[in-house]
Amino acid sequence: MELAFIIEKFALVTVIFLISLGVAAYSTLAERKIAAFLQGRVGPHRAGPHGMFQPLADGGKMFFKEEIIPSESNPILFIMGPSLALLTACIGSAVIPWGQSMVIGDTVVDLQVADINVGILYIFGVVSLGVYGIMIGGWASNNKFSLMGAIRAASQNISYEIAMGLSIIALLMVTGTLSLKEIAEQQHGFWHNGWFTWNVFNQPLGFLLFIICAFAECNRTPFDLPESENELVAGYHTEYSGFKLGAFLFAEYINMFVSSAVMATLYWGGYNYPGMDLVNEALGSTWAPLVGVAVLFAKIFLFIFFFMWIRWTIPRFRYDQLMHLGWKVLIPIGIANIVLTGVWMTLKDILF
Amino acid sequence: MNQPAIVDVSGNKETTTLNLGPTHPATHGVFQNVLEMDGERIVSGVSTIGYIHRAFEKIAEHRPFYQITPLTDRMNYCSSPINNFGWHMTVEKMLGIQMPKRVDYMRVIIMELARISDHLICNGILGVDTGAYSGFLYLMEQREHIYEIYEEICGARLTTNIGRIGGFERDFNDIAFAKIKKFIKDFPPVLREFETLFDRNRIFMDRTVGVAPVTPEVALSYSWTGPILRATGVDYDVRVAEPYSSYEEFDFDIPVGTTGDVYDRYILRNEEMWQSLRIIEQALAKVEKEPKGVFHANVPDFYLPPKEEVYNNMEALIYHFKIVMGEIETPKTELYHCVEGANGELGFYLINDGGRTPYRLHFRRPSFINYQMYAPMSRGMLLSDAIINMSSLNVIAGELDA
Repeated sequence: MELAFIIEKFALVTVIFLISLGVAAYSTLAERKIAAFLQGRVGPHRAGPHGMFQPLADGGKMFFKEEIIPSESNPILFIMGPSLALLTACIGSAVIPWGQSMVIGDTVVDLQVADINVGILYIFGVVSLGVYGIMIGGWASNNKFSLMGAIRAASQNISYEIAMGLSIIALLMVTGTLSLKEIAEQQHGFWHNGWFTWNVFNQPLGFLLFIICAFAECNRTPFDLPESENELVAGYHTEYSGFKLGAFLFAEYINMFVSSAVMATLYWGGYNYPGMDLVNEALGSTWAPLVGVAVLFAKIFLFIFFFMWIRWTIPRFRYDQLMHLGWKVLIPIGIANIVLTGVWMTLKDILF
Repeated sequence: MNQPAIVDVSGNKETTTLNLGPTHPATHGVFQNVLEMDGERIVSGVSTIGYIHRAFEKIAEHRPFYQITPLTDRMNYCSSPINNFGWHMTVEKMLGIQMPKRVDYMRVIIMELARISDHLICNGILGVDTGAYSGFLYLMEQREHIYEIYEEICGARLTTNIGRIGGFERDFNDIAFAKIKKFIKDFPPVLREFETLFDRNRIFMDRTVGVAPVTPEVALSYSWTGPILRATGVDYDVRVAEPYSSYEEFDFDIPVGTTGDVYDRYILRNEEMWQSLRIIEQALAKVEKEPKGVFHANVPDFYLPPKEEVYNNMEALIYHFKIVMGEIETPKTELYHCVEGANGELGFYLINDGGRTPYRLHFRRPSFINYQMYAPMSRGMLLSDAIINMSSLNVIAGELDA
């Protein structure tokens, strides 16, 4: 039993890890293809049919490029930066519930690596650690542009984490739990007792705050100040080359994948979909969860597309405008959202 | 508002020196700004120019007049035809050659196309520098069509060397006219789409409105010309103030701004593109009314005869020899001629001592003069603002350094 448990978890970790990497790799291709689509171009189409092997080609190129460590930099920190960025990006997906429990023969397999009861706090912790990679990398490069990028990244992430936390507090008031598994289960189906079960319909303002902060946490346009090409050359990864640069870029895409998964789980019902009870009955508890997994991934891909769509459409903020938005707009709205949620919950108890 | 705060440097604050350039993605060319930074704010800046100085004015002293045209190509390479024609017109003014009307109109068509292509780049790059990349590529596609028109007319695309002293090297063919007509039909929807993307975009407006405002007095005291001067509210346009190439016959407006900030410059350049389209439409109509097949003035002393005639005709052979060997007499003069370049007043100050080459030739390059204000302007700005200010000044490195 004990061994089976370890094997099961190990298999799950491996699968999820590979999927994260695969999704991140193909996000790079998707980004280029979507950019091409939005700009009336073709995009990569040489490596394989429709450029399908482009991520492999890019990865191979990154591996074989010369690793340059600037002579004036701190080599240990210089290597630590991208490693930390990639590591923190990868461990975020551990608490995401990918589907309902699968029943295979006699065993019940949870499609979640770790159902810890403070799942949301875990995600917050990991996301906050993500900025260390950028900060250390930018500092160790000993380059002013890198340093400025790193400082921008640090201040931006800290500012937007507060607003993100506030949006989550309102959500916790509704759900009453920190466990992502329970939050996903609460959103079962789509419609229950005359109202939607998905949290986005209970917390529309909270979701808006959360997605804005997710953009900022992932350093995506319009919040891509840390690496804004035209101002800071390449920001915190100006001095990086080869695989270390790849690690930074890869971490960004994994972050995008994880935050899309978190958004889908917290607000958009996770693996739940309308009419899932019928499907559960028809397919049985072995195969039906896989449909849920597919639904979750469809939602994730929609969010990733949204990230890219925004990136290729609108300009970026200026630094002071970014801070203004974070501290003077989002945080008050977040607090107002908490108050509104509390008032509504109290009224609901009294009235109904 | 976006008014930059003036930094207090009296305290014992440490500043950072930041090298913006010579190779920085935002300079769009090779020039350097050494900035003293207090965090993200610029305390002071020093501009260094001359990284691609090629001594054109000195080279011009050793070249016959017609060989100076390729030098002008390489100044503002985003709108070479304006430079080419400006130089041709200067020489024609010196020689007192009167151009046939049809040549004037053909030149107007090409110059306005060049102005559009230059403004396209500037506004597209402004979008890129604020972080929105897509609009730039929408416009680049249109610039490609303009380059195809050049290609049809003179064979070259970027450094065009278009036209000759005394007219054009050859007539526009039917394909060229068809392409111009297609362009003025296809371009407006794209420009409108671009304007929809940026004009009322909240983030774009936040980034540009009130950034780097300039008063008309300051702008004039720095001898600013062109779109950035008009954005401050001064309606100076060489095409109207001192018409050349029959511009006085065309009906077009000079847009002016109010505050001279980056947003005004952006809106103004867009509006100028619309006006250029109007001019091209009128010029096309006028060209069709003129007798066909006239594409150069009758000046055998300066306009190279066709090769067939050189091989078969005594007169033509003599002229060809004399032009190429530079044995044509030129008047001793000192003159100034200017055209409205895409960035401002592009002037040619020519002193001729009657020889085969100019005695002295000075190019009044608008980028060079407009750029002088950049460092003083940047004081107290955020780095991001300084960068979009640079792209809206449209500093072309080739024109800056010459």
